Amino acid sequence: MKEILSGNEAIARGAYEAGVKVACAYPGTPSTEILENTVRYKEIDSSWATNEKVALEVGIGASFVGARSLVTMKHVGVNVAADPLFTLSYTGVNGGLVLVCADDPELHSSQDEQDSRNYAKFVKIPMLEPSDSQECLDFTRLAYEISEKYDTPVMLRTTTRISHSKSVVTFGERIDTIKDAKLERNPAKFVMLPGNARGRHYVVEDRTLQLSKDGVSLPINRVEMRGTKMGVITAGISYQHVREALPEASVLKLGMVHPLPFDLIREFASKVDKLYVVEELDPFIEEQVKAIGIPVTGKEIIPICGELTPGRVRKAFGLPENASSTVEKLPGRPPNMCPGCPHRGVFYTLKQLNAYVSGDIGCYTLGFMPPLSAMDTCVCMGASIGMATGAAKVLPPEERKKVVAVIGDSTFLHTGINGLMDMVYNKGAATVIILDNRITAMTGRQENPGSGHTLMNDPTNEVDFELLCKAIGVKNVRTINPLDLDECRTVIAEEMERPETSVIITDKPCVLIKREGVFKPGAPLQVVDDACAGCRACLKIGCPAIEWIPGSGKKGKAHIDPLLCNGCDVCSQLCKFSAIKEAK
Amino acid sequence: MSDKVTNIVLVGVGGQGILLAAEILSETFMLAGFDVKKSEIHGMSQRGGSVVSHVRYGKEVFSPMVPEGDGDILFGFELMESYRYLSLLKPGGTVVVNDLCIAPPSVLIGQEQYPADMALKIQELFPDCLLVDGQNLAIQAGNARAANTVLLGAVSKRLDIEEKYWIEAIEKMVPKKALEVNLKAFQMGRGLK
Ligand SMILES: Cc1ncc(C[n+]2csc(CCOP(=O)(O)OP(=O)(O)O)c2C)c(N)n1
Ligand code: SF4
Ligand code: SF4
Repeated sequence: MKEILSGNEAIARGAYEAGVKVACAYPGTPSTEILENTVRYKEIDSSWATNEKVALEVGIGASFVGARSLVTMKHVGVNVAADPLFTLSYTGVNGGLVLVCADDPELHSSQDEQDSRNYAKFVKIPMLEPSDSQECLDFTRLAYEISEKYDTPVMLRTTTRISHSKSVVTFGERIDTIKDAKLERNPAKFVMLPGNARGRHYVVEDRTLQLSKDGVSLPINRVEMRGTKMGVITAGISYQHVREALPEASVLKLGMVHPLPFDLIREFASKVDKLYVVEELDPFIEEQVKAIGIPVTGKEIIPICGELTPGRVRKAFGLPENASSTVEKLPGRPPNMCPGCPHRGVFYTLKQLNAYVSGDIGCYTLGFMPPLSAMDTCVCMGASIGMATGAAKVLPPEERKKVVAVIGDSTFLHTGINGLMDMVYNKGAATVIILDNRITAMTGRQENPGSGHTLMNDPTNEVDFELLCKAIGVKNVRTINPLDLDECRTVIAEEMERPETSVIITDKPCVLIKREGVFKPGAPLQVVDDACAGCRACLKIGCPAIEWIPGSGKKGKAHIDPLLCNGCDVCSQLCKFSAIKEAK
Repeated sequence: MSDKVTNIVLVGVGGQGILLAAEILSETFMLAGFDVKKSEIHGMSQRGGSVVSHVRYGKEVFSPMVPEGDGDILFGFELMESYRYLSLLKPGGTVVVNDLCIAPPSVLIGQEQYPADMALKIQELFPDCLLVDGQNLAIQAGNARAANTVLLGAVSKRLDIEEKYWIEAIEKMVPKKALEVNLKAFQMGRGLK
């Protein structure tokens, strides 16, 4: 069967065909759709974990008792999962384990541009890198074979342009030789105390050498000879750009980017006059080729920052660029919170209170954008609370009061909760606002332990945030309606004054939640033209449904698009002239 | 089959249905027997940001991204976004654009103005430009929400692909209850000169 699949859909299909029984992940662009597709196969138990470390541990547990497991995450997720990953390299696996890591060159939706290939080398495990959706499927299957044959976890690395591009894929069948999970004890291999781990380290080093040797004849590492003038070593999406921009060049296409098949590289180098490495981000292949004494050109001409494109590759090789039209500078079009988003009123209030907002990652990070402009820091998921504790430790009392951490429900459960425990334990004095919109919204609305449903759409336990905060020792816990600006202002101002930890929880859902009965839109509002004084107060919340209509000569007026308005009523609370009313 | 790869760039605002239109294009090209690649950034697409999708087809397609200055057709869902991405088109390329302005945040809050004469400026740079009143034609077809399908029809007319493949792709990708209206909208777009 043939279909057009994204890289992520193809990886899910590959996992299914490889007989995977357990798939676990924490969402993160551009990796999220892999689990959203494995869940379509009833043979696979698919679940959202609370964070990437837990996701990997679930995968390891299943592997150790014999099942094939799939764990997926975005690049920065590997930072969170790194601890178990390093030791997993030593234990090896029982059932095959594949960790898919989706990098994001160009930072389309990430906070950094780290090159995860470095992890494969650091952790000492093989890494495969597909170049299109067909390879996503094929390499996923192959990764399980390698995992079991070499007794190692295998990383499969994609980038945004692989995960989110679609191309034609031919399917296979699910293999039926998968063994059943059963308890097999093997403490010498699976209990990593120093005495056991010391011996395993030798195993790891031998494994890497063996894989490097075997990589020479691995079909996914292939030489495409076209001429002898110029040879390019490349992998992943860069391969496609090279084929596009340098159709005459001979290519060594690496399907396995760690460990490198050094003998194959030597042989290829000897056949061409001039050797290049074309790779996105770090000089990962280049430095290793140079280290074995082969002269090669790479980052001297290929950009180290951002993603590659056919045009950027052409430019690097000094080829003429295509003629293209230049256009005038235009207003930007950044993303914005939805009309009626429950986060909006909180950020408006924080701005009014001149809070120092220790931010975190989620839709609410858009609180940084004008006109809300109410976020002062944002480092990584879960960081807001620990950072608030740190700032509050050293600021003078008057400034200390300004410190407010904001964190979404999913982010709080991911890694924020540890920060809160620390704040209470160490008597930190700051305000924490948990923006509980009942979903992991930013990445496309995934369920989480607070939402009451699993990825497989089963009803399940819901974390009670209030009780949880109390249980870890927060004395001041208050729940507010974030769409009520008076309540927001009163409660947040009171808690900011308090010289100890306090938590405020908001209780209105994301407007895009599809599950029946969770989000109920209000009646759309309209601006009564005659009553509008043109004061612009309602524009301060940046709702996409409200537009400023400049007046000819005199003042302009606000207008609400009834098709966009979700009737949250926040704008009308800002209007001193009662000009915003329910639309008739 | 010639080796030429045809490049289409779809641009507009998050939430306008660009990704679905790109899916229908890709499906059509696959049904017509071509190699197809499609690439887009959709992390933030739901929240009103600018969206670009690249669709390429031919005998063999390598990069999923349309090289700068190599686009054959720009399929625009909104005027300012279409103008913004004109640099992706090759000289003499074709533009099919929806006659629609959506104000970006800075315009909504009255800080900037929506740039004037976008349609005219596009036509100045690319005379082969069809301005489509997608909304009104869709209303005539029976539903304002079928505007994208009107545009798709207009684009289809500019590509050398048999009509039956378009119909087959639409039948596959559009929900049953909206099919009739969409097929009508498609034909209206296809009929535009
Ligand atoms: C370690 C890590 N994993 C995943 C992500 C991707 N990511 C960014 S925000 C977010 C979830 C935000 O959900 P929530 O905190 O509930 O806020 P909301 O978007 O719902 O407002 C995720 C998964 C990330 N940036 N870093
Ligand atoms: S998706 Fe939900 S949380 Fe995100 S901006 Fe929209 S309403 Fe707010
Ligand atoms: S009520 Fe006002 S703030 Fe809320 S969605 Fe409608 S226009 Fe926007």
